[in-house]
Amino acid sequence: MLKNRFFATLFVFMLLFLAACGNTESDQAGEKEKKTEPKEEPTELILATTTSTQDSGLLDVLLPIFEEEDNVKVKTIAVGTGQALEMGTKGEADVLLVHAPKSEEELVTSGDAVNRKRVMYNDFILVGPKDNPANVSGEDINAAFKTISEVKANFVTRGDDSGTHKKELGIWTAVNIQPAGDTYISTGQGMGASLQIANEKNGYILTDRATWLAQEKNLTNLQIVVEGGKDLMNIYHVMQVNPEKHDRVNSSDAEKFVEFMIDSETQDVIESFGKEDYGQSLFFKYTE
Amino acid sequence: MELIIDGLRKAIEMILTGDREILEITWLTLRVCFMAILISSLIGLPLGMLLGLTRFKGRKVILVFINIGMGLPPVVAGLWITMLLWRSGPLGHLQLLYSPTAIVMAQVLVSLPIVTGLTSSAFQQINDKMLLQIKALGATKIQTIAILLKQTKIAIFAAIMAGFGRVIAEVGAAMMVGGNIQGDTRILTTSIVMEVSKGNFDVALAISFILLTVALLITAALTLLQQRRRVS
Repeated sequence: MLKNRFFATLFVFMLLFLAACGNTESDQAGEKEKKTEPKEEPTELILATTTSTQDSGLLDVLLPIFEEEDNVKVKTIAVGTGQALEMGTKGEADVLLVHAPKSEEELVTSGDAVNRKRVMYNDFILVGPKDNPANVSGEDINAAFKTISEVKANFVTRGDDSGTHKKELGIWTAVNIQPAGDTYISTGQGMGASLQIANEKNGYILTDRATWLAQEKNLTNLQIVVEGGKDLMNIYHVMQVNPEKHDRVNSSDAEKFVEFMIDSETQDVIESFGKEDYGQSLFFKYTE
Repeated sequence: MELIIDGLRKAIEMILTGDREILEITWLTLRVCFMAILISSLIGLPLGMLLGLTRFKGRKVILVFINIGMGLPPVVAGLWITMLLWRSGPLGHLQLLYSPTAIVMAQVLVSLPIVTGLTSSAFQQINDKMLLQIKALGATKIQTIAILLKQTKIAIFAAIMAGFGRVIAEVGAAMMVGGNIQGDTRILTTSIVMEVSKGNFDVALAISFILLTVALLITAALTLLQQRRRVS
């Protein structure tokens, strides 16, 4: 009788797996129905955005409001601005929330993105080691970059084609320096990870203020050295992927999302976000 | 050191208070991993058996590819699946990218070669004389397979465990094809990566302890089944 015991065990195990898998799906379906009883199944909207909006926690506050209002399930893909824009040109996302105005304009010109609207801003800051080996300070970011390059202090870059990386490269171009060498550390990672690397390697790094404030507690070696200059504004735009150029794009919800982001109530939420935790706004309203 | 203790405390706290989000993430991780290893086993075990017992033309070539596949880097699997599932890709109309199904697909791709390869090695080890004897005793095909399965039980469980270890540890592919979407495709490994990049090391550590506990419990259960002696 016990001859097939192993067989039976294996079989039971597989059945258990199946049961576990099957159950959840029906459970979930049941849950969904309950939640949206009078409504229809929510439509899906793919939002490609930069890591700063997710890592700061802003989207956790905004998206539930939008999802509730319009019965949409937003799928957030938080990547660097470069990748988010690329997802736009491929039609892999429905709506973009990014911060690299020059590259964004290219997308609008090429017809991949439409309905581009200014949403909010905060600012870039330069942070560096507490002992400040290059001795930079003040508002002038160009001068600071020059000095850092001259004294060959460590400089950490994201090097990932993100909005912050693009901004940094713009500054290097403005001061006519081609950053290179051992002191120019390219991480290829998001803002948070790059900040931690700068913290370990005693490097200077350009960052957005939101991520800095959110992470400051872990970055004991670093402090803000340059801030407040006019050139350091960090502007975010929202835009739809052009449905005429890419089929399968969910354009009706994308349009609603753009409207939602520039709505005055949403703008108030954006500006008040972070005040409680950090004593200051992480993003400021800035519609056209 | 303090951080580790904090993390451990937080993990226990999360489990005891039934933190809804972490429970959902854990549950999804389990579902996805079980599904992936189930599919890999259903395909990999018979395939490995076939490759281990029979001899045909081209068999060695297939074995070479399976053995390469055992070391397939998950990010490569992730990239391939992503391109396959893009809206502009060949399977784009299915709209599977950034869904748990996409994660399962990537995980099957990395675990199937392991299950198949290890199973086929186990069956290649079977002594030819035993096969002859089984035949001589007049066993039917099904009886033969049953006896061989019993003989290779330990190795088969090892294959399943190795495959399971691969999928539960997977992060690169899951991040790429799943997108780490809250409440949808966020699993334990991808949330660890995200919490680290947010600078929340304590939360990341807590989740890591939960992941380890889950992996430990399942592997222990499988090991007990593997090591169980036949009572007769």
